[in-house]
Amino acid sequence: MTALSRDDVAHLAHLARLAVTDEELDLFAGQLDVILSSVAHVADVAADDIPPTTHAVPLTNITRPDALGPCLHPDEVLAAAPAAQGGRFRVPRILNEPA
Amino acid sequence: MTASSSLTSGTAVEIAALIAAGEVSAVEVTQAHLDRIASDDGALHAFLRVDTDGALASAKAVDDQRAAGESLGPLAGVPLALKDVVVTRGLETTSGSKILVGWIPPYDATITARIKAAGIVILGKTNMDEFAMGSSTENSGFGPSHNPWDLDRIPGGSSGGSSAAVAGGLAPLGIGTDTGGSIRQPAAVTGLVGHKPTYGGVSRYGLIAFSSSLDQAGPFGRTVLDTALLHETIAGHDLSDSTSIPAPVPPVVAAARAGASGDLTGLRVGVVRELGGHGFADGYEPGVLTSVGEAVEVMAGLGAEIVEVSCPHFGYALAAYYLIAPSEASSNLARFDAVRYGLRVGDDGVRGLDEVMALTRQAGFGPEVKRRIMIGTYALSSGYYEAYYGQAQKVRTLISRDFAAAFGAADVLVSPSTPTVAFPLGARTDNPLAMYAADLCTLPASLAGTPAISVPSGLSDGLPVGLQIMAPALADDRCYRVAAAVESALDARRGHPLLHEIPIR
Repeated sequence: MTALSRDDVAHLAHLARLAVTDEELDLFAGQLDVILSSVAHVADVAADDIPPTTHAVPLTNITRPDALGPCLHPDEVLAAAPAAQGGRFRVPRILNEPA
Repeated sequence: MTASSSLTSGTAVEIAALIAAGEVSAVEVTQAHLDRIASDDGALHAFLRVDTDGALASAKAVDDQRAAGESLGPLAGVPLALKDVVVTRGLETTSGSKILVGWIPPYDATITARIKAAGIVILGKTNMDEFAMGSSTENSGFGPSHNPWDLDRIPGGSSGGSSAAVAGGLAPLGIGTDTGGSIRQPAAVTGLVGHKPTYGGVSRYGLIAFSSSLDQAGPFGRTVLDTALLHETIAGHDLSDSTSIPAPVPPVVAAARAGASGDLTGLRVGVVRELGGHGFADGYEPGVLTSVGEAVEVMAGLGAEIVEVSCPHFGYALAAYYLIAPSEASSNLARFDAVRYGLRVGDDGVRGLDEVMALTRQAGFGPEVKRRIMIGTYALSSGYYEAYYGQAQKVRTLISRDFAAAFGAADVLVSPSTPTVAFPLGARTDNPLAMYAADLCTLPASLAGTPAISVPSGLSDGLPVGLQIMAPALADDRCYRVAAAVESALDARRGHPLLHEIPIR
């Protein structure tokens, strides 16, 4: 497998929304490469005709009764938010123009 | 021994009997444990927070019920240490992460609700590796817990706060979660019993998700019977978890009681060659293999037939796990977006959401969480998905088929629970791969979704060793039956439970 470069790790950090530091980029580039190299041998298993597994007891089409039940109170939910305003979550701007 | 110390060293069954008989009140039991936490948790750091008022109120409710003549459940009034990955209404829950400091959940997890309904007293929330990623508690955002057998060693992880609390006399019962071994490995290295139920056997509703296809909550106890009683309390179908199995809870308590009689006649025990057997002993401490081998001989002495089984794909379990778990974690942890709960950093009115999110996650997550998120992001990215995540899911099938073949030749499978005794704090923190190896024996059952228990087999160099007993899906009761037989035979031979050999500080 090709080694993960420092730039690759910077790209992964961006995709994962992690503002990692330069020192972390150096550290993680080495560590992630070692970890990924050590797990790459899953590709050696001949498994072309093998179905994937996720659950010990396969379950399909899980439903529950369409009944009214209690729900969380908005005040209690918004109390846990880092910022709330007017009964809603307040978020930083999501478009590129200044606020 | 003072009355108070007997309350904090007894089993859950003994404590519940004292309360039910009126010989001691639930409030007195809870206070004895709160006192013990006050005196000892400075050294152990098992708890992230102690809910003194909530615990005393729950205990008083049990005492009031008893006074009113209401019937009590089998664990009513018994205190419990709850891993901080389990949400608790009104009680701060962080999953060991700084990103959730101050978060007060507005709801209870299903298992929290079931614990409360059983009259079990939640003493507080226990330390853990951040988001359950680790095998030592050293990845906690709040500092590590310490092993009561040797304070310079790890108590296991990720549920190491709960194992330190139960082994250290701070709580007779504990709840952990096990994604790749996080109940069984800490139980093994602290001399406790710990069980990972069949995936889907215990509701995941209200567990802060790490790897959704693997996460499973389960019990810690000082005895197999205590552990079974807690299992029965928390298990069972839950409509709030779509992966919950709609089937009766396996009869684990009856199995624990039956197993204690010590008869294993006719039981076929498969020793897994690939987990420390001949030709596969690299990385296993000789003292661990000796102790587990002695436990297998004890089983033979109880009438079990011992066979060797081979599970050739178990050698791929570590690789498959360290692709699947980070992949699912990278998706699950996307919820920490600085909007709905937890930390927000850099919201200065100028920066946009993307930047605030990245600064928040950078500040709130520790290095192991960042590593796993990035590995998962890589493994799920276009062009790599099939080679990594897709292939790892197929390896799960092959591991399940290995189990199915082995269960054709044996009723239960056994191995060490972890390759070594508790290692010193700091010994593996700079080497992620060495840390991951602590889960070598527990990963196959995690990937297959099958039940497995760790029960003490003895000591190696004065530190506990765990025997892992694995059973087919939904046959959790088999784990308990065999574990109880091993426990009662070893206790009889030793003259006392292993935990009584813990050094008194």
